[in-house]
Amino acid sequence: MQGFLSFLIWLPIAAGIVVLVLGDRHIGAGRWIALVASIVTLLISLPLLAHFNSGTPDFQFVENLPWIARFHANYALGVDGISLPLVVLTAFITIPVIVAAWTVIEARPAQYFAAFLIMEGLMIGVFSSTDALLFYFFWEAMLIPMFLIIGIWGGPRRVYATIKFFLYTFLGSVFMLVALIYMYVKAGDYSIASFQALPLTLVEQRWIFIAFFLAFAVKVPMWPVHTWLPDAHVEAPTGGSVILAAIMLKMGGYGFLRFNLPITPDASRQLDLIIIALSLIAVVYIGFVALVQQDMKKLIAYSSIAHMGFVTLGAFIVYQIVRSTGGLQGAGMGLDGAMVQMISHGLVSGALFLCVGVLYDRMHSRQIADYGGVINTMPIFAAFMVLFALANTGLPGTSGFVGEFLVILASFKASFWYSLLAATTLILGAAYTLWLVKRVVFGPVGNSKVAALTDLNGREFGVLAVLAVAVLLVGIWPAPLLKIMQPTIHHLVDQAVASKIPL
Amino acid sequence: MPETTMTWQSITPAIPEIYLVGAICLLLLVDAFAGQTRRGLTPTLTLIALAVGAALTVMYGKVPQQTILFDGMYVADELAYVLKLFGFLFVAFGLLYSRDYLEERGILRGEYYVLVLTALLGIFVLVSANSMLTVYIGVELLALSVYAMAAFDRDSGIAAESAMKYFVLGAIGSGALLYGMSMIYGMTGTLDLQEIAGRLHEPPNLGVTIGLVFIVVAVAFKLGAVPFHMWLPDVYQGAPTSVTLFIGTAPKIAYFALTLRLLAHGLGGTVVEWSQMLGALAVLTLVVGNVVAIVQTNLKRMLAYSTISNVGFIVLGFTAGTPDGYTAALYYTLIYILVALGSFGVILIASRKGFEADHLDHYKGMYKRDPLLALAMMMLMFSTAGVPPFVGFWAKLRIFQALWETNHVWLVIISAGMSVVGAFYYLRVIKLMYFDAPPAEYPPPQHSAGVRAALGINALAVLVLGVAPGPLLDLCARLIH
Repeated sequence: MQGFLSFLIWLPIAAGIVVLVLGDRHIGAGRWIALVASIVTLLISLPLLAHFNSGTPDFQFVENLPWIARFHANYALGVDGISLPLVVLTAFITIPVIVAAWTVIEARPAQYFAAFLIMEGLMIGVFSSTDALLFYFFWEAMLIPMFLIIGIWGGPRRVYATIKFFLYTFLGSVFMLVALIYMYVKAGDYSIASFQALPLTLVEQRWIFIAFFLAFAVKVPMWPVHTWLPDAHVEAPTGGSVILAAIMLKMGGYGFLRFNLPITPDASRQLDLIIIALSLIAVVYIGFVALVQQDMKKLIAYSSIAHMGFVTLGAFIVYQIVRSTGGLQGAGMGLDGAMVQMISHGLVSGALFLCVGVLYDRMHSRQIADYGGVINTMPIFAAFMVLFALANTGLPGTSGFVGEFLVILASFKASFWYSLLAATTLILGAAYTLWLVKRVVFGPVGNSKVAALTDLNGREFGVLAVLAVAVLLVGIWPAPLLKIMQPTIHHLVDQAVASKIPL
Repeated sequence: MPETTMTWQSITPAIPEIYLVGAICLLLLVDAFAGQTRRGLTPTLTLIALAVGAALTVMYGKVPQQTILFDGMYVADELAYVLKLFGFLFVAFGLLYSRDYLEERGILRGEYYVLVLTALLGIFVLVSANSMLTVYIGVELLALSVYAMAAFDRDSGIAAESAMKYFVLGAIGSGALLYGMSMIYGMTGTLDLQEIAGRLHEPPNLGVTIGLVFIVVAVAFKLGAVPFHMWLPDVYQGAPTSVTLFIGTAPKIAYFALTLRLLAHGLGGTVVEWSQMLGALAVLTLVVGNVVAIVQTNLKRMLAYSTISNVGFIVLGFTAGTPDGYTAALYYTLIYILVALGSFGVILIASRKGFEADHLDHYKGMYKRDPLLALAMMMLMFSTAGVPPFVGFWAKLRIFQALWETNHVWLVIISAGMSVVGAFYYLRVIKLMYFDAPPAEYPPPQHSAGVRAALGINALAVLVLGVAPGPLLDLCARLIH
């Protein structure tokens, strides 16, 4: 299995460069190269799942080559129970994105496919780096294709949205870099493991925590630094929205699990209430904001923020559980929930954005008011849309249920009031999602344009069907996923509650 | 004990300078006799001369250990050797980009190339200076050549104005340098930088401090650090773009060497004093450079302010006051020159007869008209913004690291914040090139394949050095330690 991770990173990037060089004139070949490359990437990622040893929290399929000797930075890759599901999710989601864009993108298609392939490689690089400098390298490099994707193929206010996106995330990341360099100066190398082992005083931990928090909170995004997301989502092309929601937001959550909890456990314990408060605000307040949206994409964007609130809540509730129960019993449940929620949200929000994309390609409008009674002309589409909407509300049997349920259960262990506020999502989420479905899908045919709609073609059907299967699979049978994560989460809980303050 | 008799052995390390003087004389003669009909001869000969010079430098300029020549006036070490090679390289690339531009404006004259070479000679003298006298000769040789170049387009009013400004303000800088040197000489009784280093100790007396202040002011003038930057935007905007390219690239090597040899080595005994002064200058430079660049509409002027902000980073490296900091400053300088070379090269290539592509709006929809040029410019802009995988990221990282190691917390935070501000105006250039529709009236740029290939190599270097930064980082560290 040696070298598989490198393959996963560099194959899409190489294919992307080939597509770019072939250019728009050979786009026929370019499309197929993009599709084959993304499918091969997924196929290479599957043996990793099969051969993954779920009995150990250690990094597996490790690769380690010297990269920059002067900084003691290595080209070090490896996956554990947290990163493997995200790597596979990335490889999986890219395929629908490429298929969905097959003939829809008319302007500069070669660059479009190339940008997404390069992005896929860079995102897998983020999840599989075990060296902090390499992690940062991929983390920042990813901004470039996304900046171009929103800026070139986006909607009317794309320039404003993409610059806002870039500057927000850049601002957050720069301070993370500063923190990484600080720890490098103390630890002597850039490996994440030695950062996790590095003893740090509470003051140091607090500053490092804040630097990481800035970077990851912007990415998640948490209230009140979420304002870039609705703009970026609304203006991005369908594929851009899918990747943003399904993968890029997960990087924030992943960062909290990989950096904040194990590297600054004492500061996390001290500052956890801030994160919990911000998460609950995201769940409750953003839920209300989503309710009043007129634009379908904006509504789903706000719903993403609310759902990601569950991820951060689940990640940091562990300290409250330890405080109120006095033991580690069930402390990992919140983290389990956060991880499942990330995977589930990746599938569900990706699927919902694809659904909006299907409608947008036909009607060129994202306004809810322009629709109504779509079910009359597009019954198959309506079935998918309703399924994904229900998954978004957390209906049992869909993937959305597992994550939310685990997090609410964990927060109940910590305090009744947390779980009460978190559980409002069951009402609010249902309200904004179902109301959206009611206004768009059901009812009498809204206008003559809706009456002229045609149902899904084979390509669109295939894309949505695959996602639907995945959503139901994770919902009905989450055990394999939980099993992969289990040892890593256990280890993470141990790291998160152990003090790192030097005596 | 300095040597008193001159032997072949004692002058071989100075072959690059000696050769350059010969080449300059020869070129002047050839150009005079070639006349108007064979005007293309001098540019080609100059490039050949640079290649030969680089080859001679490789053969003779490399010394196994530091060697002091000419009664302590001149030092040959590996740093000088490598910087001279970079000087040849950067000047050659700059001339390659400039040729068509000069021809279209009717200023393709032999004298231009001779002036470039005398400026290069000035750079070499500075790089190898071991005495305050040599430093001054180098500074003036470089500066006078560049003043003349800035005024080279004699029919252009704005170029003449910028040359005048450059000359007057540059003279003030040189004056400050001379005054500071005289104070130091008065206090230590020697011009030799190594002897000065031996005679200065903390804390410095009043005379040394006054001399130091003047020298720091002069260095800030030459580098373009705020508040001594006023000449820089006007000169960058007013001078012919090929001259702007020259001013923005190779001389930075010399000014890096000036700072290193004079402040870090010669006046190394007063590091506490001057690093505080440089720290204040660096913060001002970063803030003013980045904030003012945002409101510029002229690309050359915007790049001028971008230069100022980059100078801020170079000064930050010196502020650290450690060999590691100087290494970071050296690395940053080389990377900055590489990127500036490409950025001004893009302006030169995008310009045509009777049309200066120096306004930001001229880059609207560049992607459509010339995809390759737009791609190169995008890579260069992302690099200066400090986004991986491009090399500018490592330059910034190196500076941050040197500052952390010396516990300059606030400088790290300010410079990190300012690099986000800086990202905005680099992104704007990319936005214009890629997101905006091209206006109809600008025809596509036409340039020879060779020039485009050079730009391609330049942009590719920014990417390759970004993915594998190790060798250049190691080289810089070896040169300083």
